[in-house]
Amino acid sequence: MTNIVIVGGGMGGTILANNLARRLKEECRSGAVKITMLSASPRHFYQPGLLYVAVGKMTAPELYRDQASLLDSVIQFRVDPVVTFALKEQQVVCQSGQVVSYDYLVIATGSRMHMDGIPGLAEYGETFYTEASALQLYQRLQQFNSGKIVVAVGVPHKCPMAPLEITFMLHEYFKNRGLSDCVKIHYTYPINRVHGLENVAKWAAPEMEKRGITYETFFNMKEVDGVKKVVRSEEGSEVAYDLLIAIPAHKGMQVLEDNKLGTNGWLPTNRTTLQLEGHERVFVCGDTTNIPISKAGSTAHFQADTLADNLVGLIRHGTTVREYDGKVFCFIEAGKEATYAMFDYKNPPEPRPPTRAIHWFKLAYNKLYWLSARGLL
Amino acid sequence: MSNIRERRIIDARGSFCPGPLMELIVVLKEIPVEDEVEVLSTDQGSARDIPEWLKKVGHLHLKTEQINEVWHIFLKKMKP
Repeated sequence: MTNIVIVGGGMGGTILANNLARRLKEECRSGAVKITMLSASPRHFYQPGLLYVAVGKMTAPELYRDQASLLDSVIQFRVDPVVTFALKEQQVVCQSGQVVSYDYLVIATGSRMHMDGIPGLAEYGETFYTEASALQLYQRLQQFNSGKIVVAVGVPHKCPMAPLEITFMLHEYFKNRGLSDCVKIHYTYPINRVHGLENVAKWAAPEMEKRGITYETFFNMKEVDGVKKVVRSEEGSEVAYDLLIAIPAHKGMQVLEDNKLGTNGWLPTNRTTLQLEGHERVFVCGDTTNIPISKAGSTAHFQADTLADNLVGLIRHGTTVREYDGKVFCFIEAGKEATYAMFDYKNPPEPRPPTRAIHWFKLAYNKLYWLSARGLL
Repeated sequence: MSNIRERRIIDARGSFCPGPLMELIVVLKEIPVEDEVEVLSTDQGSARDIPEWLKKVGHLHLKTEQINEVWHIFLKKMKP
């Protein structure tokens, strides 16, 4: 029997598991292949929806589904998080004490926000990267009637478009409340343009100017002084705020650091084969790689597709069949309109002007996502 | 170039997002002061942007070399 073990029930792990199950159905039924998913949660969480929760356009319960309900019936799913990665033995050990052996292991454990790295940020800054923080931000925004909102960005973070999206969505939110003249939005970004993608920055800066949104580049958060209500940068500047909204820095999961598998939980991963460096039978999918690529849902999705092809190839033909080409696709919400950025290792993005059609497609995708998770879209 | 304890290499070739400079910002948080880094980038703008940022925050740009289509940017972390 060939054992495939997937650690992590997020977007990448779930899409991969369902893709494999569909393609290896006969092998799974005959017992030649076993697909096991080990997750820390019984629920699947659609994280991109948190942006909409923060501005009141979605509610938190819409973001969850029972994980088992999304998985093909041949997948062995257990809520039993991995605590030890014994890669030399080709085993993982779960919280229950159960030891699970693998022939192929996929680590798809995602990432988590880390507000504590910036003094004062957790105490005085708001964010929307968890359900609790998104709901709290929603409450704060409802009570905010005038003043200056500062959007500040830590690195690395997941969802590379989130800084722009929250900024444009905030503008639309206050415009709808008739408060555009009372609420000023100031955007900051760590490098010398308003986004990491040059073409996106070229599009976004005039869009900000059109909306009266000010911005400061080369701004890496250093500390937040909640008494004086200023955020200071490594570059030596400081910005006063009435409401500070952070896109916080992130880390990989603690279990990976505990197992000494990568600095800050970022696993050393081959950028084309997606193998964990030094481990032929271990693959990495999604946020937790250290590949210099967007930490985005679509990245996890396209990596999962590549891994599925290759794992099926290895099982049936003894060989991988293709490489991950760096493909990423990100929607960019801009209020009532949206655009997107699509790129890979060789081709930079060329975003088009935003349209209402793309905005409505993104809203539709918030519902259609569950088909992607089930490996159907 | 100084004697190197350990030079961390950031291979950001073909990295459009988050991009070589943001990758460097992440790595600089992880390594000790006095460690050196080499950034490999296929983005010409990085050869300008990275030294500019290093100067702003107080790290040392050692040198930049272009080998074929790849820029190699060498630097040293000078402060926490």
